Amino acid sequence: MMNAQEIIARRVALELREGMLVNLGIGLPTMVANHIPAGLNVFLQSENGLIGLDARPPEGMEDDDLTDAGGGFVTAIPGATRIDSVMSFGLIRGGHLDITVLGGLQVDAKGLLANWMIPGVLAPGMGGAMDLVTGAKQVIVAMQHTAKDGASKIVPECTWPLTSIRPVSQIVTNLAFIEVTPGGLLLKETAPGVSIETVIKATAAPLMISPAICEMVLSDS
Amino acid sequence: MKIAKHVDEIIHCILPGSTLMIGGFMGVGSPHRMINALVKSGQANLTVIANDTAMPGVGIGKLISSGQVSRVITSHIGLNPETQKKMFAGEIQVELVPQGSLAERIRCAGYGLGGALVKTGLGTLAAENKSTVIIDNETWLLELPLFADFALIHAHQADYFGNLSYQLTATNFNPVMAMAAKKVFAEANEILPVGMITPNDVTTPGVIVDELIAVERI
Repeated sequence: MMNAQEIIARRVALELREGMLVNLGIGLPTMVANHIPAGLNVFLQSENGLIGLDARPPEGMEDDDLTDAGGGFVTAIPGATRIDSVMSFGLIRGGHLDITVLGGLQVDAKGLLANWMIPGVLAPGMGGAMDLVTGAKQVIVAMQHTAKDGASKIVPECTWPLTSIRPVSQIVTNLAFIEVTPGGLLLKETAPGVSIETVIKATAAPLMISPAICEMVLSDS
Repeated sequence: MKIAKHVDEIIHCILPGSTLMIGGFMGVGSPHRMINALVKSGQANLTVIANDTAMPGVGIGKLISSGQVSRVITSHIGLNPETQKKMFAGEIQVELVPQGSLAERIRCAGYGLGGALVKTGLGTLAAENKSTVIIDNETWLLELPLFADFALIHAHQADYFGNLSYQLTATNFNPVMAMAAKKVFAEANEILPVGMITPNDVTTPGVIVDELIAVERI
């Protein structure tokens, strides 16, 4: 049985296309890199200054100057490029980034994301999230459908501070694949073994059901 | 030619209350020798402009722990619980700026620009107390330049003109910060004879670098 995070990562991986420039946020979104379909060449951006991010190096082969946005050691593919912070965010803001995958605290009925602050409780800062959600061509929120206390993370209106006033493109959870449309949230796929009713019950925001609704296909990589 | 000086001598020039830009991203590419010397010398009431405050015990995190920083302008403090604790307790003033806007604000200061018009942050808390500008019916957020008294820069290699080259992800904010401060102090992993860094590999020209930190010999 696949765990919730693996379902999300495997579904998001199928959104990637040949030659795309992709940014994966820290945490769950990073797991997408483990499930990129075989033979597909994508360029992973690390916003601290790298295009062509690759796996963690074996112990003893780390380079102090080759790290990801969390400060952890990584490697780079042949043909990788080092960029400074100005260019890194020029790529993001300037519309050169094809896909950004980020975690979320809440997404609302309009597809607006809150993911950087809970007033008085949690103030990590937005880091690059505001630039990513505002600038990337396709914005995918990868998150658990409900919070640890069971509350839906897909809500009528965000109660926590917004990351951007630009709606995200898709929401991928352990229960569903939801497209954000001008008319509202469109349920297009359910996770393996999950019923439409289960998704509706776990979603506090109104959902439209796609006439072509089907079960999620997952990356087998 | 520049004579590389002992780190303590350089850090001594930084007065309490100064505004510092410090390079680095989660401690990677931070000028660790200058940070250590600053902690040792104890100047207080500093304003720090940096991407993040790293972690307790790492890079800029050391300056947060030592209580020398009264204000920080940064994009991320999520991996340093101490910064968050001090912020909630009112011991440190934190201005959170989206990472790309932080880079642009520093660039504006260094490149002679009066501000940057961005979409990032529009309609969010990051736009509070900032002006918007409408051009051809499109709304933009005005981000103003960020200047500093001193930029503390980490480079991979320097030469005795002060030319600097950077390595991989240790580059990050260092080149842009070197443009935006009144005084630029650089420490490098090694200092080479002039001419050893080829012109193509110099990212920061030595003419804008004021002081070089001598490499410590073991």
